[in-house]
Amino acid sequence: MAPGDGKTVALFATCINDTMFPSTPKAVVQVLERLGCKVVFPKSQSCCGQMLTNTGYYDEAIPSVRNYVKTFDEYDYIVGPSGSCIGAVRHQHPMIARHAKDEGLETATEDIVQRTYDFSEFLVDVLGVEDVGAYFPHRVTFHPTCHSMRIAKVGDKPQRLLRAVRGITLLELPQADQCCGFGGTFSVKNPDVSVAMGTDKARNAASTGAEYLVAGDNACLMHIGGILNRGNTGVQRIHLAEILANTEEGATL
Amino acid sequence: MTIDQSRSTRREVDRNRLTPAPPTESYLGMPAFPKGVKSELGNQQLRRNLRHATTTIRGKRAMRQAEVHNWQEMRTAAEQIKNRVGRHLDHYLIQAEEKMTAAGITVHWARDAEEANRIVVDITKSKNTDEVVKIKSMATQETDLNEALEEAGIAAWETDLAELIVQMGHDKPSHILVPAIHRNRSEVREIFLDEMGNWGAPAPADISDDPPELANAARLHLREKFLRAEVGISGGNFIVADTGSLVIVESEGNGRMCLTLPETLISVVGIEKLVPTFDDLEVFLRLLPRSSTGERMNPYTSIWTGVTEGDGPQDLHVVLLDNGRTKVLEDPVGREALRCIRCSACMNVCPVYERVGGHAYGSVYPGPIGSILTPQLRGVSSPIDQSLPFASSLCGACDEVCPVKIPISDILVHMRHKVVEYKKGKRPIPTGERVLFKGLGWMMAKGNRLAGAQTFTKTAGKLFKRKQYIGPIPIPGYAANWTNARDIPMPPAQTFRDWWAEREDTK
Amino acid sequence: MSAREEILRRIRGATRDIKVKDPVADVAVDWVYGQPTPLDDVVDTFIENIEDYKARITRSEASSTGQAIVDALDELGATTVLVPDGIDAGWVAALEAGGKTIVRDTALSHYELSDTDAVLTGARVAAADSGTICLDHDDTQGRRALTLVPDRHVCVVREDQVVSDIPEALIRLKPAVEARRPITWISGGSATSDIELDRVEGVHGPRQLFVVLEA
Repeated sequence: MAPGDGKTVALFATCINDTMFPSTPKAVVQVLERLGCKVVFPKSQSCCGQMLTNTGYYDEAIPSVRNYVKTFDEYDYIVGPSGSCIGAVRHQHPMIARHAKDEGLETATEDIVQRTYDFSEFLVDVLGVEDVGAYFPHRVTFHPTCHSMRIAKVGDKPQRLLRAVRGITLLELPQADQCCGFGGTFSVKNPDVSVAMGTDKARNAASTGAEYLVAGDNACLMHIGGILNRGNTGVQRIHLAEILANTEEGATL
Repeated sequence: MTIDQSRSTRREVDRNRLTPAPPTESYLGMPAFPKGVKSELGNQQLRRNLRHATTTIRGKRAMRQAEVHNWQEMRTAAEQIKNRVGRHLDHYLIQAEEKMTAAGITVHWARDAEEANRIVVDITKSKNTDEVVKIKSMATQETDLNEALEEAGIAAWETDLAELIVQMGHDKPSHILVPAIHRNRSEVREIFLDEMGNWGAPAPADISDDPPELANAARLHLREKFLRAEVGISGGNFIVADTGSLVIVESEGNGRMCLTLPETLISVVGIEKLVPTFDDLEVFLRLLPRSSTGERMNPYTSIWTGVTEGDGPQDLHVVLLDNGRTKVLEDPVGREALRCIRCSACMNVCPVYERVGGHAYGSVYPGPIGSILTPQLRGVSSPIDQSLPFASSLCGACDEVCPVKIPISDILVHMRHKVVEYKKGKRPIPTGERVLFKGLGWMMAKGNRLAGAQTFTKTAGKLFKRKQYIGPIPIPGYAANWTNARDIPMPPAQTFRDWWAEREDTK
Repeated sequence: MSAREEILRRIRGATRDIKVKDPVADVAVDWVYGQPTPLDDVVDTFIENIEDYKARITRSEASSTGQAIVDALDELGATTVLVPDGIDAGWVAALEAGGKTIVRDTALSHYELSDTDAVLTGARVAAADSGTICLDHDDTQGRRALTLVPDRHVCVVREDQVVSDIPEALIRLKPAVEARRPITWISGGSATSDIELDRVEGVHGPRQLFVVLEA
């Protein structure tokens, strides 16, 4: 029996992945189905609202929170490939519900956060797998991303999944726990500091000699990748899910 | 010792002054954070100094935390003890006042900076002296006491080495624990050679930039001031409510000099600096040094409980300072910042602080704690105060190290909300950003609205199929802010939801 | 309205939302006070941490403490020694025999203190885990200026005065606080890290600390 047998997973693609990085949620679908899960994509989903909340627009974030609850309330497992968006759901949705002075919504958010998982957590904690049958014969360095570490608190689960990938060469990223400087609207409200931080992260990534910089958050990768690309470093960005989707038979999707 | 007199010439701004003139720029007049950081980011020397210093101190703190088996339990206890104080501040202040008064201390209350300064000036004047020696104190920096004393004809001498470097350098502090963190040894040597002789014992002319030699120059310069001073001024790390004791932690011994040698001691202490009992010190006096300097214990801790006959100052004053703290207390979310014990761990781990230093924060409290405390103490009406809550990438490194568990990131977001609400109240007609976020909020309320908006990104993706990245976009605002130094990926021609729908159809 | 009344009024207004008026009932503190810190060996840890601060430490038997003090002063190059009134008469005799000039605290001025080479004191308690010596300024230690202004400090600590950590030390310091005597903690000697975070030992206090640990 496959680890995911009998489990229906609602995929929360996240707005940025849906729009800008569809290969990541596609990879999630592939890995979860390979492990026996039934994956559904409720199309009424939109965004976790983090960008609104973190910029101080609480009132404007309320509809996103309501929409999340309405979209996903019927599912036991809600899985998204972003420590940041998942962290926002778990850490901020109840706060926004309180701000809306809607007790029903508050209870609903507190309940749904128990069923909301980052992709890496779902694999390791719920399905109990670290080796997902992936194959990726490349030099890779891993950036843990702040919100995965400190808000979603995924711990070393991404590294455990990466270590089980066949053919991979994992290179240690210097100063890995330092923020890359993305920070949502921080990246455009304080562009100079953001770029200074991102440049250090990009330099550290390039210094490892890796072909790929991997992380569990495409937003951070978009920022660091933008600097890596401008600097012609030759380091590619890649989401964790895309490495895990790759097998010796090649990607099936 | 040879003295190079040619270097000891007062600057024009100091001609009629008792102490070196501070920079003329006022904190509140400073530009918003994103503008203020430009010169700092461009200063390679400053960035090297800061990186070296913050990296060193971060490593030490982490090592000292790891040595303590019950560190997390101790943080929780500190959080709870400080919450108890903050939530019942009136109770503990009255108790502390009663105990201090019984021990021979004169207790004063000051609503704001001006009132605190007036109290200190009046006491000092009554002692018929024209100078005071000072221990590094955040409260008196907050009230700008030195300038109030200068105006009253009293010279205030900073005696902490870093504060001395700042004062002699006509500079502003850039860190709450190591105020001259932005200076390196050769800059310190230049400042000492240029300035010490103008205000007392000069630095030896053949002094090198070796830190022990520089520290010795400070010892020589300050010794005469300590021995002759009649009034000392301090802050206070803690006031113990149940005994009326004051506590000061320090490293150099300058604090002990100021607390012990003068006949009169005036301590200006924020009203939130209380701990309920003497026993509670076991928690704070272990957390504080390990969190701040990364040492197991700071070299000197002084605890005094009123006047001791024949030992130390015989005239003791404590000024309990509000200056905005009760405003902070009013906000159930923001009040958690009042637990702060001024250790500086948050700024030492902060990646933003590491790159810009303390000056751009426009307050005596830089770094993450400043970004939440300053706009609470001063309100959010000025451009600098409105920008401070946004001066963070919300990486959360500060939350992990704070010894009293202040949820700094959460309060940053809370303060961002307050700024947005303040602006809404000020200007009913939405600005560009508000229109944008209102639109975003509408779009993100429903999946089909997001799908509709994706038409634009898909069109771009189709039009520029072969381009992977977009380079600089010279449209002022967010587009240019992003693309000036970062490429942006070309959006794909097919979104995930379209791909999913296609896949479902073919099943 | 006085500033006092005004501030208390502001506080009460600001904390209106807090319904439980008893502070202890309102906020529980999950902490057991006064617990020892588990250490392999309390005295060894104390010695290691004192040395880590670059202070010097030597061990003595009760019978040889006087000589150990003289040796310490010789090593520090000190001839004139300030001696508080409560110092053991045997140690004083050893000092005299060792050729040291005894200075008594006859309300000496700051300048006179500054001109003395060294000060000799006892201690109240020491905390091993942080390498802290706690003075409560009884008559074996004298008023605070004595251990501050002279440039060298020789401090005799008995092994039975060494406890594991600060919580235990506070218990032994409490009587002094209740008697309103000042307390000074010394962890190594005066030091600064203000220039490039480089630690420099010795700024304003006694620049040299020498601990004699008596069995």
